[in-house]
Amino acid sequence: MVAEARQGLRGGWPTASKLTGWARKLEGRTLAGAALALLVVTAFCSLFIGVSNVTPLDVLRLDNSDHQTRVFIESRVPRLAAILLAGSAMSVAGLVMQTLVRNRFVAPSTAGTVSSASLGLVVATIWFGSASIFLKMSIAVLFAMAGTLLFLALVQRMKHTDIIVVPLVGIMFGGVVQAAATFLAFKYDLLQSLNAWINGDFSGTLRGRYELLYLVGGLTGVTYLFANRFTLVGMGRDFAVNLGVHYERVLYGGLCLVSLVSAVVVVVVGSIPFLGLVVPNVVTMTMGDNVRRVLPATAISGALFVLVCDILSRTIRYPYEVPVGSIVGVGGGVVFIFLVLRSRSFGS
Amino acid sequence: MIEIENVTRRYGTTTVVDGVSLSIPVGGVTALVGANGAGKSTLLSIIGRILRPDAGTVRVDGLDVAATPGATLARRLSILRQENQVAVRITVRELVEFGRFPHSGGRLTREDVAHVNRAIEYLQLEPYADRPLDRLSGGQRQLAFIAMVLCQDTGYMLLDEPLNNLDMRHSAQTMGLIRQMAQDLGKTIIVVIHDINFAACHADRIVAMKDGRIVADGAPREIVTPETIKAVFGIDVPVHEVDGRPLAMYFA
Ligand SMILES: Nc1ncnc2c1ncn2[C@@H]1O[C@H](COP(=O)(O)OP(=O)(O)OP(=O)(O)O)[C@@H](O)[C@H]1O
Ligand SMILES: [Mg+2]
Repeated sequence: MVAEARQGLRGGWPTASKLTGWARKLEGRTLAGAALALLVVTAFCSLFIGVSNVTPLDVLRLDNSDHQTRVFIESRVPRLAAILLAGSAMSVAGLVMQTLVRNRFVAPSTAGTVSSASLGLVVATIWFGSASIFLKMSIAVLFAMAGTLLFLALVQRMKHTDIIVVPLVGIMFGGVVQAAATFLAFKYDLLQSLNAWINGDFSGTLRGRYELLYLVGGLTGVTYLFANRFTLVGMGRDFAVNLGVHYERVLYGGLCLVSLVSAVVVVVVGSIPFLGLVVPNVVTMTMGDNVRRVLPATAISGALFVLVCDILSRTIRYPYEVPVGSIVGVGGGVVFIFLVLRSRSFGS
Repeated sequence: MIEIENVTRRYGTTTVVDGVSLSIPVGGVTALVGANGAGKSTLLSIIGRILRPDAGTVRVDGLDVAATPGATLARRLSILRQENQVAVRITVRELVEFGRFPHSGGRLTREDVAHVNRAIEYLQLEPYADRPLDRLSGGQRQLAFIAMVLCQDTGYMLLDEPLNNLDMRHSAQTMGLIRQMAQDLGKTIIVVIHDINFAACHADRIVAMKDGRIVADGAPREIVTPETIKAVFGIDVPVHEVDGRPLAMYFA
């Protein structure tokens, strides 16, 4: 074989495999590029959809005292930014979680991460009511991490780590945590706040009230730096250790990252169901599980998906708004079932 | 040099590797043979630091594998496990590229790409290079994993039954490749292998294990004898001389 290979070497590298490799990359880039272009166009349009009639011309006048311009700067732009940041971050968080836990049906919303974050918020509001949003958020982050690690410990102790049983346990665990949160909220008259955290909504996003989400955007960038390590951990402990990856550190570090992202998103916009589950699954179904390769597409698709859902939520019952969570839930469910039933899967 | 000192591993009350000491100098192919359950994979995993021993130490180039940072070790020592199931949908090329992770941290340099292409070429994986691992036959997948370990390009390579699922031709080619790497590139390779004739043909040294202990250690000619085979495997096997090599006729 060596001799044969040497012969091959003398004749230059095999062009066939090189070509297909290039074609793959090109195809991946084209897909991501198309999604990105679509995202930009949709994002632009979304800026001019709403109860106040704002046109691009109004904005170009750049008159700060103008009502239209103020709506644009105070509400439309923040709303768009929040959607893009939260949509991409939660999708990427789902991707990372599925890779690390090695189960396609696990996501922050089905593993108790999100419920734990909202419990943390309720607790923080009850006992540190006057504290700053940062302190409250920190408590939510700690709860989210604790909840996620508890879920992981539960899974690692389970006898049947069936692909379906694991997320079911996560959902039940999340349910218990959610019940605790509801009980406390009921007792301390915080049900309204809790509802805001449970049902994601962008209608309250205004300048000065969403900037924490930039932190989440930064964390998504950090995720990209560790993408290869996440994939390797997803291939199993022995595989990762052979390649010099510190398995435990990457596993727990990654889950903490996911908890952090989830908690911040819950604090600022509330939980968005299905997102972390559907988007990564749709993307990996066609592009494979190499985190580094699919992460950009996951982020773009997540942002696009939430943006489209938000536009629908603003227009379906115009001039009223439907909670974006409902649209995401319905849309995500339909897309997911459609893709599970008939899809061109990775590599075919 | 790999120095194994008094390595012991227990599962519950059973001792599966029992005070093994062994020293493997740089360069050459060492075949590890023995019956099913003799403790070969356990020993290999301990050397490759994916399993902790209950007692004893393993040093590679003087570095204690239990205490050396994983990233440092991954550039010196690689291990191919006996079982390689994949739940992750990645292509053959992506898998092989991960072999370069210890060297480049994932950003492939020109040199890394050359390594990847060479490994794919050596194992004749070009036709499947862009196919997901779960769309390959068992043997093709095995070759892909061998290519990844090859690509890791470490001085020490531990291969646990690399011939799993391979046909005659690919088995012979893979063993030839392994021997070639030891000869031409000075690699130190430990390979667990069941076919004693393959071991005799391609290894410089054969180490035989039984019940967690080393029971024979020497050149192929010293090990592939009816007496030693009887002692290690408990069966009577005639050994013939064919083309100047011992050949154990264990087929019937
Ligand atoms: N996780 C485990 N728990 C309990 N016993 C184990 C475990 N792993 C291995 N063993 C036992 O340790 C012994 C040695 O196993 P090992 O895998 O090292 O054997 P081997 O020599 O590689 O065998 P084979 O040729 O079948 O691969 C066996 O008796 C096996 O049953
Ligand atoms: Mg074994």
